Amino acid sequence: MKVVVTSMGEGVDSEVDPRFGRASKFVLVDTETSETTSADNSAGVDATHGAGVQAAETISRLGAECLITGHCGPKAFRALQAAGIEIYTGASGTVAEAIEQLRSGDLQRSGGPDVGGHWG
Amino acid sequence: MSGRDSLSTSLPIAGAQAMHARVPELVVISGKGGTGKTSVVASFAELAHDVVVADCDVDAADLHLVLAPEILESHLFVSGHEAVIRQADCDSSGTCKAVCRFDAVMEIERPRGFVIDPLACEGCGVCVELCPSRAIDFPERTCGEWFLSTTRMGPLVHARLGIAAENSGKLVSIVRNEARNAAAANGSSMILVDGPPGIGCPVIAAVTGAAGVLVVTEPTVSGAHDMERVLELAAHFQIPAAVCVNRWDINPEGAESIEARARNHGAAIVGRIRYDAVVTRAQVAGRAVVELGGGAADDIRTVWDHVQRWMEG
Amino acid sequence: MIVAIASGKGGTGKTTVAVNLALSLSGDVQLLDCDVEAPNAHLFLQAEPAGHEVVGIPVPEVDGDLCNQCGECSRLCQYNAIAVLGTSVVVFPELCHGCGGCALVCPENAIREVMRPIGVVEEGHARNVHLVQGRLYVGEALVPPLIREVRAKGHEEGMVLIDAPPGTSCSMIAAVRGSDFVVLVTEPTPFGLNDLALAVETVRTLGIPFGVVINRAGSGDDRVKEYCAAESLEILLEIPDDRRIAEAYARGLTLVDAIPDIRPLFASLAAQIEALPPITAERPAEKSLAHVRP
Repeated sequence: MKVVVTSMGEGVDSEVDPRFGRASKFVLVDTETSETTSADNSAGVDATHGAGVQAAETISRLGAECLITGHCGPKAFRALQAAGIEIYTGASGTVAEAIEQLRSGDLQRSGGPDVGGHWG
Repeated sequence: MSGRDSLSTSLPIAGAQAMHARVPELVVISGKGGTGKTSVVASFAELAHDVVVADCDVDAADLHLVLAPEILESHLFVSGHEAVIRQADCDSSGTCKAVCRFDAVMEIERPRGFVIDPLACEGCGVCVELCPSRAIDFPERTCGEWFLSTTRMGPLVHARLGIAAENSGKLVSIVRNEARNAAAANGSSMILVDGPPGIGCPVIAAVTGAAGVLVVTEPTVSGAHDMERVLELAAHFQIPAAVCVNRWDINPEGAESIEARARNHGAAIVGRIRYDAVVTRAQVAGRAVVELGGGAADDIRTVWDHVQRWMEG
Repeated sequence: MIVAIASGKGGTGKTTVAVNLALSLSGDVQLLDCDVEAPNAHLFLQAEPAGHEVVGIPVPEVDGDLCNQCGECSRLCQYNAIAVLGTSVVVFPELCHGCGGCALVCPENAIREVMRPIGVVEEGHARNVHLVQGRLYVGEALVPPLIREVRAKGHEEGMVLIDAPPGTSCSMIAAVRGSDFVVLVTEPTPFGLNDLALAVETVRTLGIPFGVVINRAGSGDDRVKEYCAAESLEILLEIPDDRRIAEAYARGLTLVDAIPDIRPLFASLAAQIEALPPITAERPAEKSLAHVRP
């Protein structure tokens, strides 16, 4: 499965970035092959509004099937749902630790946004 | 948890923000302009210890006139685009004028042609896309500047929004983010935000995620009306609100009635500030009211105590 | 004749000046309250409400059957209000500015526009004043479209006053643009001076003639007056710093009703406004192009 984790850095030992729309970077891990790539979230970081929408488009294009992050706002949630991406919030630690938490069933699947909209 | 400690003590990568190690933000707003919000913030900045001050009233900012910042860094605020017609390539089809929803395209008589008014252009890009001779450029727009400064009361993050700029809240968000970075780097106990007037985008950008908002209002019919709108906004975003009536003795019955209305909205009453000529004298002298003293200064100190207790409790 | 009352700083007395000026003018006046986030003129005029219209922004609605997910709409959109995600197009109406671009570029004609309400325009009447005000719904982000709707209700003939929002951003521009004269209201304090200078720069960029009203005159220092002298600005009126004024305002009373000796001040301002040169064939909206001509 292709998992995207919001991240402060490029590698799997980077800290999880708790934000989605304004996350610094995305680390994409294919859990079957362990292949790892990373991408910038320049579209989200630069957006005046709708950072979550841009971020969702970015990870959708990366082929994400599942997202792990700290928090997810309402626009981001809608966008991710439309893209068919599973959302897990409440992650912390490093990217590698977050994926481990997913594997061992420690992360809850999100049924809705867990923070209000940001307007910035 | 392994992540937390390192996030709260290390200097974060630009823009990073640890929600679980967040420095509380108190945002001071008013609904109506001119209620004395900025004067109150200046005094709070003087009374507080270890705070970072953020002037988010970016459209006609005034706090710097009292805090007298020494600017350490300045950055251009580039946001959005504007459409500019390359006259040499324009074939006067008038397509731009026909599609512009914002009345930004003007027709010139002699010589016949079209020109885009940058004060009205919203940077939507429709004319750029549809011009049959592709004669319209779409450069990025510099909409203002933001600054990291130091003052006698601690670090200040502030900004200047350019004339006619879109007041989208993005510059407000930048100021808040930079203030959070500064607070994390300095180990500050609080971020004090001078908020913008109104209830639109800039106010929303100033208050979301705040620990609390303090509404500085006045005992006037207008003040009450606008306070209620701003309390509705705070409730909409689920942010706890407190209210303080400034110049309360101009209309004591009005002050009572405003406080009652505030309580009905679930807001905490944190005190009242009397009308005092010292307030203007302080501003003229470039000082915070509490730096001069007097009745209003005492009232502000009391309000500050109550606000601190309210934020802790 | 369209006269806008504006100010860099909030709380200097724009609404006070607009309302009392309106009541002091001879003949009927239309007052457009464009401070749509916090419209207050109606509180002082106690206008009889006569009409109410919901105003909206046109936002896209995508016909899923016609859409082929080409993404042209999303590529054009500057506001991230429309995105192709998975096999569908998602619209975020709260981000949409109503530019109409997506509907125009869609090669499949799959997009139509529907109204998203952002506020109301209300009309009322009191004495010689016909009031039109805009009121933005709480939680709404976009302000200028509502202001433009209020301005669209402005009469072509006769005296029209505009109570503008504070500041110098796009909202103030939407309120003031195309007027024949601007009255800038300030107070003699450092904040007042700072914001007056910003407002002067804005109005000069708009190319509209203007004058200054100093409210709470005598309460601060002389720097505003010195600035006006240095810039050769005309001071139309000085309203004294009088506690009776603050109290009357606090109670929602108009000054011309509550304080008889204030009436001549506003009568003098009204006379100056009535004496403004008539509109020539070339309205300021065209004149203001001076700053854009190549």
